[in-house]
Amino acid sequence: MKKTVFFGAVSAAALVAGAASATTLEDVKERGKLNCGVTTGLVGFAAPDANGNWEGFDVALCRAVAAAVLGDPNAVEFVPTTGKTRFTSLASGEIDMLARNTTWTFSRDNDLKFEFTGINYYDGQGFMVPKDLGVTSAKELDGATVCIQTGTTTELNLADFFRKNNISYEPVPIETNGEAQQQYLAGACDAYTTDASGLAATRATFETPGDHVILPEIVSKEPLGPLVRHGDNEWGDIVRWTLNALVAAEELGVSSANVGEMSASAGDSPEINRLLGTEGNLGEMLGLENDWAKNAIMAVGNYGEVFEKNIGQNTPIGLARGLNAQWTDGGLLYSPPFR
Amino acid sequence: MSDTHSESISFVRESFLPEVPPPAAEAGPVKWLRANLFSGAVNSVMTLLALALLIYILWGFLPWLLGGNWTASNIRECREIFQGSGAGCFAVLTERWNQLLFGFSYPPSEYWRPTLSLLLLAVVIAPVLFSHLPRWLLIVTALYPFTAYWLIWGGTIFTPVMALAGVIAGYFAYRRAVERGFAVGLLAGLVVALFVWWLGGLAAASEPDSLALERVPSRDMGGFMLNMILGVVCVSLSLPIGILLALGRQSSLPIVKWICVVFIEFIRGVPLITLLFVANVVLAYFLPPGTNFDLILRVIIMITMFASAYIAEVIRGGLAALPRGQYEAADSLGLDYAQAMRLIILPQALKISIPGIVNVAVGLFKDTTLVSIISMFDLVGMIRGPILASTDWNGVYWELFGFAALLFFVVCYGISQYSQWLERKLATDHR
Repeated sequence: MKKTVFFGAVSAAALVAGAASATTLEDVKERGKLNCGVTTGLVGFAAPDANGNWEGFDVALCRAVAAAVLGDPNAVEFVPTTGKTRFTSLASGEIDMLARNTTWTFSRDNDLKFEFTGINYYDGQGFMVPKDLGVTSAKELDGATVCIQTGTTTELNLADFFRKNNISYEPVPIETNGEAQQQYLAGACDAYTTDASGLAATRATFETPGDHVILPEIVSKEPLGPLVRHGDNEWGDIVRWTLNALVAAEELGVSSANVGEMSASAGDSPEINRLLGTEGNLGEMLGLENDWAKNAIMAVGNYGEVFEKNIGQNTPIGLARGLNAQWTDGGLLYSPPFR
Repeated sequence: MSDTHSESISFVRESFLPEVPPPAAEAGPVKWLRANLFSGAVNSVMTLLALALLIYILWGFLPWLLGGNWTASNIRECREIFQGSGAGCFAVLTERWNQLLFGFSYPPSEYWRPTLSLLLLAVVIAPVLFSHLPRWLLIVTALYPFTAYWLIWGGTIFTPVMALAGVIAGYFAYRRAVERGFAVGLLAGLVVALFVWWLGGLAAASEPDSLALERVPSRDMGGFMLNMILGVVCVSLSLPIGILLALGRQSSLPIVKWICVVFIEFIRGVPLITLLFVANVVLAYFLPPGTNFDLILRVIIMITMFASAYIAEVIRGGLAALPRGQYEAADSLGLDYAQAMRLIILPQALKISIPGIVNVAVGLFKDTTLVSIISMFDLVGMIRGPILASTDWNGVYWELFGFAALLFFVVCYGISQYSQWLERKLATDHR
């Protein structure tokens, strides 16, 4: 309750402050750079490479928005945030958008006064245990010690799951994913729980991945998505439709390879034409140039390309599309029409 | 009776024996071994056990260190090469050494600037540390902060030059006005300095590119460089502030005394990490929107406040340890407060406080790694965040944290050795 009041006060202050200044879009254009909040490092989702360039699944979204708004995917100032500082950074206006594998929940959306602008990854919380523990279901984890990252929704889901099944556990709180890995491998906890994507990525880095199993139970829904502050709907729309453009591009068969050719002149498909700005004035409605979506797709590729490049089957992380396939392939990705 | 003597001694040697080396067991390494390692049954057993432990540790450690790989391009390659032998994957240091030392966004072509600053620091700190060096070198030391700022952050040279001009102008104004009282002098100095800084700000803003180094924003600072910046700046600032606070706490002026007491007790009662969170997130709400108050500056202020409170208490301990007679002796010589402190009290009190001050300094230097919690990429932040989160190096722990430990050990051990030397040098009391 105390926390709620604090965050409420904090976001109210931010709203008052925000009302006085220009819109986020104007700010970004004037600055010439998008301030995008990312994690301080999560395998496959966001991390700087040896040359200091940020790469990853969430990073690609930041770059896409920068390309759509400013025409340059490198006009991004990446602001690393931790699980504890991310919301204050966004509320205080330090960052324009947060793309930090953040779960969309009711209270974050309403109580913290943020606006989630879509879902870029459908995740769920799972458990990983060493094979020789002999556990085949999460319900057999009675009395187990569980490594868990603090300040995340997984912490709450874990409590819910164990209470619902009337079994006990002992949490081992840890700060970062890297720490969790080490604790788990050192045997400080019997099981490690976090989002299934994170578990897969973590297991992939083990010396002997085969000695560890990911239990079949997925105990929560973790829709991860980008978010912006309440109160600037135009800006929220830009982020939302940039994400939708990447999803729709995959559905329509537009990729970074053929987008240049397709956007050169209007083609046969009216929806592609509207998306790429060769027909209609969708960009204008967003307050952007008409080639906004083309720039975004050219910069990072469509959703499928982003996925395959950063976390897909051919990367060391090796995630399958699963729920994150297009609706036409039995997944949940479903972009509203560009009309 | 005279002849009995010659009969009672049957033989008297008439020449010295040649010198004989001591028995083998009483000299050289053997004696040392016997005296120090095998002087009894229990000690012998302990020695053998310790040796066995040492060999056991080295047995594991040396192959890890010497058999390590320095060229692989990621951890999977390392593992393929080692085939489970468990040697060190030091290739991560080969690839990411620059990020560990300078952070991941400091422009690589400019690495010489922080390096040069560090070398200069080693030079200019000498006259402060070693009093037998000529005193005029202190002027060079005084110029160092401005040089280092220009080197590390870049930008036009006018910024540091004007800052320096402000300080000098303020000093001369103070000298001129101080005859009319200390407060007047201080005020005059402050006003003149602020005026010069304001002019200098205008000048630097109008000529942003003359004699400019490439500007590097604070956000791009990182790695061990950030630890060094925070450590050096905060230690050197917190020492004078700590002395003032300690004197203030002993002051007979009630308001000064209470301000100092409240400040010290409040800051000491709050964990450093809380102060850092305040610096990082909470301050943003109090400042008008759009103000960009440099994050490193915010953190420096917070850490300095924290360290000053601790140093103040250490120095208060030194002041309290002085016999009352020293204060009375200073008074009876007719010295005023400032002279008494400067000439009699502080030199003795500070000498007593050296171990405590060094303790705080070493602790503070290591505490600078806490900034990784507020998403600044110092050495530990670089390791915990970007490097361990890259798909290439996720899972390399010992090598990275060992490297960090080594860097910190070198610096902290150096500080500690210096303080011991200083204590020996200043040891004027009779033991």
